[in-house]
Amino acid sequence: MRPELKDRFDQEIRSNKVVLYMKGTADFPRCGFSAAALEALRPFGRVYTVDVLADSEVREGIKEYSNWPTIPQVYINGRFIGGSDIIRELAARGELQDIIEGRAS
Amino acid sequence: MLDPNEIRRRIAESLPGSEVEVRDMTGTGDHFEAWVVSETFAGKPMVEQHQLVYRPLRDLLQSGELHALALKTFTPEQWRSDPVRKST
Repeated sequence: MRPELKDRFDQEIRSNKVVLYMKGTADFPRCGFSAAALEALRPFGRVYTVDVLADSEVREGIKEYSNWPTIPQVYINGRFIGGSDIIRELAARGELQDIIEGRAS
Repeated sequence: MLDPNEIRRRIAESLPGSEVEVRDMTGTGDHFEAWVVSETFAGKPMVEQHQLVYRPLRDLLQSGELHALALKTFTPEQWRSDPVRKST
């Protein structure tokens, strides 16, 4: 991965509390899994979204960066949390808010 | 078009002793759901559990042949006692 791309991800993840790498935009998700992750996160405040379909280098790069082969991907408080299955489960357990507010490990 | 049995075989070989079920969700051979029960998951966070399942499928995900894989991972203990994971 180009160092500039890694720096970009580092920066995005550090400067936004909740970051969602998704297919499509927040207004027009282009994949059901991305849409589901966004809906699970939305009740807890601002979600910074990155449309990976807009840039194939970002789309492949984030998979390598996270060691995670699929989109969507969620980072909260600088930490990789997982894909849509994990986000939906954390939401169902009522644990997302604690993670976002830094009360959970 | 992928055969769900191929996905099941790869996961099962990669995680010996696991129970694996794979369903084709759309009938189009590229959107699947997998449920995996394995002792290997014990003590590991969900992210690592999912990474373990993705590992033998990496080339299929990379090529796009496998477009989507919804995942549920369980330790044998969770399989017996965790209703949330089964229902979400």
